[in-house]
Amino acid sequence: MCACRCGIRVHLRDGKIRHIDGNPAHPLNKGVICAKGAAGAMKQDSPARLTRPLRRKAGAARGAGEFEPISWDEAYALLEERLGRIRATDPKKFAFFTGRDQMQALTGLFARQFGTPNYAAHGGFCSVNMAAGMIYTIGGSFWEFGGPDLERAKLFVMLGTAEDHHSNPLKIAIAKFKRDGGRFISVNPVRTGYSAIADEWIPIRPGTDGALLMALCHELVRTGRTDAEFLAQYTNAGYLVREDDGRIACAGGSPQDNPFRRHDQLWWDKASGAPVANHAAGAEPALDGSYHLADGTPVRPAFALLRERLAGCTPEWAAAITGIDAAKIRALAEEMGRTALEQSFELPIAWTDSWGRRHGSVRGNPVAFHAMRGLAAHSNGFHAVRALSILMTLLGTIDRPGGFRHKAPFPRSTPPVYARLPQAGGAVQPGLPLAGAALAFPAGPDELQVDDAGRPLRIDKAFSWEHPLAVHGMMHNVIANAWRGDPYPIDTLLIFMANMAWNSSMNTPEARRMLNDKDASGEYKIPFLVVCDAFQSETTAYADLVLPDTTYLERHDVMSLLDRPISEFDGPVDSVRVPVVPPTGECRPFQDVLVELAGRLKLPAFTNADGTRKFRDYADFIVNFETEPGSGQGFLIGWRGKDGDQALLGAPNPRQWERYAENNCVFHYAMPPEHQYMRNWNRGYNEWAVKMKLRRHPDPVVIAIYAEVLQGFRLAAQGRGPAKRRPPEAWRARVEKYFDPLPFYYAPLEAQAVDAAAYPLAAITQRPMAMYHSWDSQNAWLRQIHAHNYLFVNPRTARAAGVADGGWMKLASPWGEVRCMARHSEAVEPGTVWTWNAIGKSPGAWGLAPGANEFTRGFILNHVIAESLPDGTSNSDPVTGQAGWYDVRVRISPA
Amino acid sequence: MTTKQLALVIDLNVCVGCHACVTSCKSWNNAGAAGPLTDQNPYGADPSGTFFNRVQTFEAGEFPATETVHFPKSCLHCEDPPCVPVCPTGASYKRAEDGIVLVDYDKCIGCKYCAWACPYGAREIDEQQQVMKKCTLCVDRIYDEKLPAADRKPACVLACPTSARIFGDVHDPESEASRAIRERGGYALMPEWETRPANHYLPRRK
Repeated sequence: MCACRCGIRVHLRDGKIRHIDGNPAHPLNKGVICAKGAAGAMKQDSPARLTRPLRRKAGAARGAGEFEPISWDEAYALLEERLGRIRATDPKKFAFFTGRDQMQALTGLFARQFGTPNYAAHGGFCSVNMAAGMIYTIGGSFWEFGGPDLERAKLFVMLGTAEDHHSNPLKIAIAKFKRDGGRFISVNPVRTGYSAIADEWIPIRPGTDGALLMALCHELVRTGRTDAEFLAQYTNAGYLVREDDGRIACAGGSPQDNPFRRHDQLWWDKASGAPVANHAAGAEPALDGSYHLADGTPVRPAFALLRERLAGCTPEWAAAITGIDAAKIRALAEEMGRTALEQSFELPIAWTDSWGRRHGSVRGNPVAFHAMRGLAAHSNGFHAVRALSILMTLLGTIDRPGGFRHKAPFPRSTPPVYARLPQAGGAVQPGLPLAGAALAFPAGPDELQVDDAGRPLRIDKAFSWEHPLAVHGMMHNVIANAWRGDPYPIDTLLIFMANMAWNSSMNTPEARRMLNDKDASGEYKIPFLVVCDAFQSETTAYADLVLPDTTYLERHDVMSLLDRPISEFDGPVDSVRVPVVPPTGECRPFQDVLVELAGRLKLPAFTNADGTRKFRDYADFIVNFETEPGSGQGFLIGWRGKDGDQALLGAPNPRQWERYAENNCVFHYAMPPEHQYMRNWNRGYNEWAVKMKLRRHPDPVVIAIYAEVLQGFRLAAQGRGPAKRRPPEAWRARVEKYFDPLPFYYAPLEAQAVDAAAYPLAAITQRPMAMYHSWDSQNAWLRQIHAHNYLFVNPRTARAAGVADGGWMKLASPWGEVRCMARHSEAVEPGTVWTWNAIGKSPGAWGLAPGANEFTRGFILNHVIAESLPDGTSNSDPVTGQAGWYDVRVRISPA
Repeated sequence: MTTKQLALVIDLNVCVGCHACVTSCKSWNNAGAAGPLTDQNPYGADPSGTFFNRVQTFEAGEFPATETVHFPKSCLHCEDPPCVPVCPTGASYKRAEDGIVLVDYDKCIGCKYCAWACPYGAREIDEQQQVMKKCTLCVDRIYDEKLPAADRKPACVLACPTSARIFGDVHDPESEASRAIRERGGYALMPEWETRPANHYLPRRK
């Protein structure tokens, strides 16, 4: 299923699927369903289904698709032998990367237990900037981790959003919002989908949202339309920044609620005219001015530095970059500020903040936002998202009604502390689990994953000086790096539910060539490739071993708080899927495969003290696994305890699956009203969150307008600061520039490197509502909605280039060229061309017949996108490694 | 004029073009009494098939004042349906009790006169079975007492994530459908054809 994870009812007749509809009793989708869910029967019956384990025939080339079926016993034996050998010698030679799945808690656990750091899902390719930019600022992000409270908002601004997961709930909410008279503004280069029903469309140039957001912040600060009290009390706006090293001045020596995040930063108290510990009783922080500490150190409040940064970000400045009139930008800011402050309201909910102060109500400033890949998939996305987070903060809308609300397990510390990357020296040990987590949120140079010479530990170079905050890994680097043997060669690459040889690649032709490339001795440079999927894809054709996964209708699944849950604003929610039809052919659920392999490899978390296997299968694992023996914390929060009467924590309940199945497969825990808002700074909530193991520490999550964490990296690049590590010479200038503690706008790196006259247009994609990633062209109904794709071009732009409506054309970037068909559209700004994601397919894939439209008339943009810039650096965000695939510059011509 | 006239009211103010109505309809009807809804070349070149409901997306105006409109369309169950009198076999008929226009597959000879007569393009021939098929307003759901009361609605109505489809009796002035038409300026398509379509559309709100 798509990552929205709606609750569905599957109606059977004679053991076959009769109809699928939405479950009215499910809190996420409340009975509605999308085109994809309703077409599930055709997914089930697709001719692209893989039904038996397959081994590449001896002598056949990778990519030729010449396989012989083998038994599961053979497949397991093969994997046990090879992976066992790797684990006993050098575990990092096993790389495990996944795509569109929602089981990262299990896959991550497997990788950690195996002992390899080379693990991630698809986020680094997809939208890690959205996660990192917001998590490092406000302690949470969008999608399933938080979102706009459209029930109480009056103004809703949506940026860079097409169809995405968390789709049906957003559709329900937007419709009700509109019906209730709310005003909906969409900022997007293209007007489709949700933007079609927006009250106003702001056609921005791709990759320039950061400039717009900085200008909006400029206007709000200039006109004083900010929530001053919110800024003073709940953000680090008043923290005193030392002018000498950009670090925040602290009182020192105070008790810490959280050993990783200190809270003794200083304010300049307006009343007494002296520095005090933040939130000292009766103190009011200055948000402007210059001061001196007792020892003479010059300091300024962080907000003063923000104000200085924003000074040049005028609407006129942003207009030239974004293509949006300065007057419009001013009007937008005015509307946001006015709505937030003048339509502010109070909910009569008493709560106590982290500093012990009692509040009689919760305030709401009814301006809400949503943003997605349109901001993230650019090499300047991290700072753009930081600017958005600050805009939302200036308006005083974080975890407030009518604004942005977190969803459990967020909010977390900025950044979160629950996972630590093992340090290079002892990280990888033969026969042992990884000495830490595979993915985490580094808070300083000493938390990167590099050796003493500053070289990366991971195959994708995540958490290195080249990609320091690559918190979701970088799957798009794996094939190229493994092929190059840089930083080292690997032995086995296991890919699950990812089409890395086609649309999940930054260099599709090269990726395919690299998978097939051999070294001087005639061995493949990536010696062993295992691909697990339910459907035959472009990537399964390259595998040495194919494992047939089940569909979502044939297996147990969990949407877990340890993973990517489906929480509501008002409390944690998790859910399951139970099988409704038997597996087709010899398919086995990948989770069962992992549990089986983990048992065979005797991974400690899966093995009893006497060496016997702990878990029979995945269902058994889910019920009985605890994060630590006796912790009471497992994958599912509902019906815990041996009698099933405990929520969130409790001993394993052997009948937990049955209880979920009896209850619409969902468990929803609604928190009391006094814990539902202001959770960053809500004492009662945070104490409860620690008890329930949602957080490690109860300290407040103070919004980091000034991101001191970034300054730590900058100082290291300058050869100073408290960190022991310094970046190698080659990375110093880049780290110094981009690890700016305040956001700034810069043109996407590709735009800076490419001749704008030769390649004057931006090319982007979006996902159609009727398809999920590349996984629906094997569905007979859905492909009648999108059998091939066009490149949408503004008629003005098309006519200037001589490209006819419906005619064949060429789309060229500095890196490649594709042939495709054009469609004139007034619903795209003239400097942009776009197409639907992943409609074009490679001949032979997806069970489609020769001559299928996807092969002959479909195309993907990936062929014109490069993974490296001309100077050899990665085509990605310098802070997070996010693939910059919306940065590509192109030109068009008739074919 | 029939006493009861069931119909759909489509709210263009909130339709985001997601196609949930399209495939929910296909799913319900393909395996139901009005099916099968066959597909031709489902995995090959130029796949096509029978769908009772389709969503067309079109643009109006010039950039930057472009409007993008998602427009679902299925049989409008006209009060004076032109597809009925032209049918040579009487396969095409309008029910007296609720105004639903249906096709009796046993009588239909696939001559396509009804498709020529319908100004809305709502009649399609099922290429495999060579009979005309169309929206039945889920006549096999709305009266089925084996379904929970809340489910006795057309599949498309239950599916729609933005609640852009209202179902009800447009001859009952107090029905949700009638009130929506009245209060929101619901309009008929191409009234000049005098078909008096029962389905109505709610315009975009300014």
